[in-house]
Amino acid sequence: MVAQLNSALRMLGVMTLIAGGLYPLAVTGIAQITFAAQAHGSLITAEGQIIGSTLIGQPFAAPKYFWGRPSATAPFPYNANASAGSNLGPTNPALIAQVQARAQALRAADPDNRAPIPVDLVTSSASGLDPHISVAAADYQAARVARERRLSVAHVHALIDQSTTSRTFGVLGEPRVNVLLLNLALDATQ
Amino acid sequence: MTTLGIAQIAICLGGLLLLVKPLGAFMAAVYEDRRTWLDPILRPSEHLIYRLCGVSPTEEMNWQTYAVAMLVFNFLGIGAVYLLQRGQGFLPLNPAELGAVAPDGAYNTAVSFATNTNWQNYGGETTLSYLTQLLALTTQNFVSAATGMAMFAAITRGLVRRNAQTLGNFWRDLTRSTLYILLPLSLVLAVTLVSQGVTQTFAPNVMARLVQATQTTSGELVTHQTIAVGPVASQVAIKQLGTNGGGFFNANSAHPFENPTPLSNLLETVAILLIPAALCYTFGKMVGDTRQGWAILAAMLIIFSVFLGIAVWAESAVNPIFAQLDIDQTLTDAHPGGNLEGKEVRFGIANTALWTVATTAASNGSVNSMLDSYMPLGGLVALVMMQLGEVVFGGVGSGLYGMFAFVIVAVFIAGQMVGRTPEYLGKKIQVYEMQMAALAILIMPLVVLGLTALAVVTDAGTASIFNPGAHGFSETLYAFSSLGNNNGSAFAGLNANTPFYNLAGALAMLIARYWLAIPMLAMAGSLARKKKTPESAGTLPTHTPLFIGWLVAIILIVGALNFLPALALGPIIEHLLLGVGV
Repeated sequence: MVAQLNSALRMLGVMTLIAGGLYPLAVTGIAQITFAAQAHGSLITAEGQIIGSTLIGQPFAAPKYFWGRPSATAPFPYNANASAGSNLGPTNPALIAQVQARAQALRAADPDNRAPIPVDLVTSSASGLDPHISVAAADYQAARVARERRLSVAHVHALIDQSTTSRTFGVLGEPRVNVLLLNLALDATQ
Repeated sequence: MTTLGIAQIAICLGGLLLLVKPLGAFMAAVYEDRRTWLDPILRPSEHLIYRLCGVSPTEEMNWQTYAVAMLVFNFLGIGAVYLLQRGQGFLPLNPAELGAVAPDGAYNTAVSFATNTNWQNYGGETTLSYLTQLLALTTQNFVSAATGMAMFAAITRGLVRRNAQTLGNFWRDLTRSTLYILLPLSLVLAVTLVSQGVTQTFAPNVMARLVQATQTTSGELVTHQTIAVGPVASQVAIKQLGTNGGGFFNANSAHPFENPTPLSNLLETVAILLIPAALCYTFGKMVGDTRQGWAILAAMLIIFSVFLGIAVWAESAVNPIFAQLDIDQTLTDAHPGGNLEGKEVRFGIANTALWTVATTAASNGSVNSMLDSYMPLGGLVALVMMQLGEVVFGGVGSGLYGMFAFVIVAVFIAGQMVGRTPEYLGKKIQVYEMQMAALAILIMPLVVLGLTALAVVTDAGTASIFNPGAHGFSETLYAFSSLGNNNGSAFAGLNANTPFYNLAGALAMLIARYWLAIPMLAMAGSLARKKKTPESAGTLPTHTPLFIGWLVAIILIVGALNFLPALALGPIIEHLLLGVGV
């Protein structure tokens, strides 16, 4: 027992050194050399200032911007220091009320649009930071954004295409539109 | 289910199966102390570790000594994780200046990581310093996984050895599991994940100016976003490979910095199942008959596939209440559709459901979606995968030795039915072995159902429930199913960071881990002492489709008998209510 305790203490020390120290340092070292931009968070800078990350969504509520997934983070949407989902169950009246309110807001911003709303625009993401919406969700908003910015719908669709990532190897994942990059591209055209 | 959804599942499981044999054979060499291609690099470090720890690696241990070494090492680990959390405010590598974690929460987390559960009652980015994440959590991610693998090796030796008193050396098994298997795989996976966008930095969190300002719920203007970063990739790699599951961030592998692309998602999903699946081959190799390993893997895959089908179907379904609001939930090429509350667009439905079944089957517990928002039958699948005792893949090592308990029961019942002395791999299965298998199998439902019952009749238990109605009951049942099987995933609406859930949960995790491990070690000790019985016409072959089907039936019947009534009160009622639009 005493012999085992002695070995256990020393083993814990050695393993902490290897697994908790050397291993993450080795990964950091290799990552900083090979994939430095990704290792730091795939950050976007403009005029010397960090304005976001290509992987982290931002809140958009003005009609001239594309809106992303609803976000359940506290105390404000897309709080990238406190990722969280809503955890509302499928039969929870609170979820139904939220979905209803989001649908109303989308319809109020674009009263002529009678199409069914793509479900990703009214349901909150798992992380609260989802940077993407579906292509259908971008198409749904294209006419509104074009009108607000006095751009042609075709031009807006061209920008959507530029911000769209297709399935990896044609199979993996979903085709998706990066909302922050799309909105930055929109701001850059005017 | 879409064609592309099926294709993605096929790619993931096909890739996994291709890796089973090479990795399984390699791990057999590690546990049989044969030369591997990593020896030139690692053998000197291995011997240095033994010297530093004062360990004689050739010294053999009987099952009691092995168990004592394992327990002493694990309990010291619990102490270390607890102390690091309590003292992090005074320690370096804490750029966000986070204070000490409360005692009950810190105790729960310490038990959680040492028992390979990795249940998280906290949000990583707002609770733990970089130092705690590394020295406490990443270290336990490795050694708790290595503990499970060491136990697997020892228990398998009990089946292999004849007229023997010993099962190997815990320190050697622990060191070799970490050094030869977990570290190299993690290093490769971590760097690959960084290439996809997982962060790996010791720099403090980043301030970004928002393109459009927003407001807090209380109306204050927000112009900047604090983006939490950190040494994430190194922790994500081992949390997936070691069936740990504890994320760097609160949203776990749904967070874009833990799982940024469909490719990272594929790799992380394969990593969940990789070692548990390959250990089946290792087992076959060690007992000298690889068909035995394939048979167990086949039984696991059968149960896995059936429940995966149900989960994908359930999550692809239309929520009838949303349909009334003119919401488009169809799955198309331009639209993931389905039940997207608590899911990320980049993964879509099939990948998300696949992950969830893998993580609950394999006792991993990491999530790429929020399970509390699942359709009732999707959530039911996750519950069932845990309630089967974490033997369908299960934790690294622990899943397979948990499966041995079911194999023993299957062999025993079959033996009783035909009136022969039951044997497994040439070892007679007698009263003592059956007692140990029954101890290992039956304590789990007692803990899970007992603590769930306690939670729903006390204010301390019900005050934490978030969703109303039957779903609220499911949250509690899920919590104790997860804790009582060392899984770690949650219906996360439940506020589990309360003294009741922290202390009851820690108890459940300790029982789940050690009340399975110790009886199985005792059984292995007894089996090792036996001589080998030659095969006869009366021996039940344990590699045939007949036996595989029999094993599947035993697992499902035991699981259904234990948990069907509780499931009826939660997800099944909720499903019926949803059907009528309540």
